Amino acid sequence: MIFVFQVGELVRRKGSVGEKRMAVKYVWEGAIPLQIHLHKSEVASHPPPPPALVLAPRIGYLPLLVHLIKPYFKDSLPPGEDSIWFDYKGLPLKWYIPTGVLFDLLCAEPERPWNLTIHFRGYPSNVLIPCEGEDSVKWNFVNSLKEAAYIINGNCKNVMNMSQSDQEDLWTSVMNGDLDTYTRLSPKIKMGNIEDEFSRKASVSSPQSRQGGTEIDVAGQVKTARVPVRLYVRSVSKDFENLEDVPEMDTWDEISYLNRPVQFLRKEGKCFTLRDAIESLLPEYIRDRAQRSGEEGEQRTTDASDVSQETRGELKLVRIQGIEMKLEIPFSWVVNNLMNPEFYLHISVLVKEPQR
Amino acid sequence: MDSAGEVLNDGKITLEGFTVAARAFADKWKRHNLSFPSWSWVPLINRTLLKKEECYLSLEKIIILSSLEGSAEEESLGVTADWWEKEESIDHTVLVQNVEDEAHYYDYHIVYSASYMVPMLYFRGYSSDGKPLSLDVIKRDLPSSSVSLLLESKWTFITQEEHPYLNRPWFKLHPCGTEEWIKLLSESSSSDGCQMPVELYLVSWFSVVGQVVGLRTPLEMLI
Repeated sequence: MIFVFQVGELVRRKGSVGEKRMAVKYVWEGAIPLQIHLHKSEVASHPPPPPALVLAPRIGYLPLLVHLIKPYFKDSLPPGEDSIWFDYKGLPLKWYIPTGVLFDLLCAEPERPWNLTIHFRGYPSNVLIPCEGEDSVKWNFVNSLKEAAYIINGNCKNVMNMSQSDQEDLWTSVMNGDLDTYTRLSPKIKMGNIEDEFSRKASVSSPQSRQGGTEIDVAGQVKTARVPVRLYVRSVSKDFENLEDVPEMDTWDEISYLNRPVQFLRKEGKCFTLRDAIESLLPEYIRDRAQRSGEEGEQRTTDASDVSQETRGELKLVRIQGIEMKLEIPFSWVVNNLMNPEFYLHISVLVKEPQR
Repeated sequence: MDSAGEVLNDGKITLEGFTVAARAFADKWKRHNLSFPSWSWVPLINRTLLKKEECYLSLEKIIILSSLEGSAEEESLGVTADWWEKEESIDHTVLVQNVEDEAHYYDYHIVYSASYMVPMLYFRGYSSDGKPLSLDVIKRDLPSSSVSLLLESKWTFITQEEHPYLNRPWFKLHPCGTEEWIKLLSESSSSDGCQMPVELYLVSWFSVVGQVVGLRTPLEMLI
């Protein structure tokens, strides 16, 4: 199942409820075909088992697929207890990162099916935090939800006040990719949302309007808000023609991980774009404003404007939910439509380092 | 910079405030904790992508010795008697023999959380050969009050998570609710209802948080 999505088309139409549901539906239905190989050191049968073919939901997590994968290999395993982990070309995979994000980040040129290796022994506990199956993944999800709540509302009371059964049902809906149940339950989380740039109505009395980090001006329009973002930045030192030429990743030290909210600013007559959001997190990669046509730029400092494009860093690729994003898209649309179920927007970025 | 803008009314602190508070904390610690190693300010130097003022406080290689009975005595090289938690005196000849086997080393990092807008304590333990200590072993080094809290809430008190910058599993004290008790501290300590000065923010925070991992804050630092 290839996830192809015409983002530009959808954004051009005024955001109606129908279109928004369509975008979110695409996100929830997005999946990565995986071809999972048992690590050769653990093959105790002859002939060795063929790889398992699994369709992994983008918004899901690798440990949740184990019950689908294990039947392929259980007869081949050496005796002992399982401690399951995955690797991609030798790189141990962080199980708490959504599968789609791992794929977007680690495969510059998308590989279909995505070839992963599964291990049932020898958990690398010096580099990976432990995973006790579904419980660990659920705990990670709920904690991310609480952290998102802190960012959006200033506290996590909304999550704490959810009944135990609602929390359980919410988690189950995410595990099963059940968007209908999730949509029915998510108003109970009472997470504020950003006003779509297209919406003319100022929903001052809306119970969904944000508190905490939110500034409201005289007219009652939401001016600023904090948005939960997780940014994964991969940098290359040399420029490249094709994505296939991007070198492989050996360690996670090559990724800069920013778990930091974006301050969403609404200025009169100016749209806060995806580019604005990313540049607020990566100031070293701010493009020279003079190069952009027809835009009012802010004042640049003299040292920055003296630096030529070659020596400054460059944003090469921005991927969200597998889509290569046009940076001029309004950030509010991106957040409202492409965020993950725990209310975080995961952004994978490939940059060329500034020359020093 | 106006310190009132750095420490917020609800007990949270901005990144700028954290930077000021961290330096003040490290300075005071150095002045009042002569027997203890000092905190260093670690910039994220290899990260060209992060703003230059991003740093964290680091206190490393603190030794906790396990006595023969299995209960922990906290000691650092040259530490004074005020720092011992237990009253029994230690047999020094036994200590010398056992240092190699029983010494547990601890690193502590104080990192700013942009999400929660409060500091967070990360720590890890390892033996003299560098092997990480499991939570069970670490529990034996923690004060007993912390251990019972840990037993009550597996998922929300001390958890094993990835260090935000070092790509390794560390232990973290959950930040939920930090701003609430900081606010209480701030209200109870000032008679005229004034905001807590930013220089004292981390000191106050650590006076509570440090106790969880058995690190005491000298009273002189709180002035």
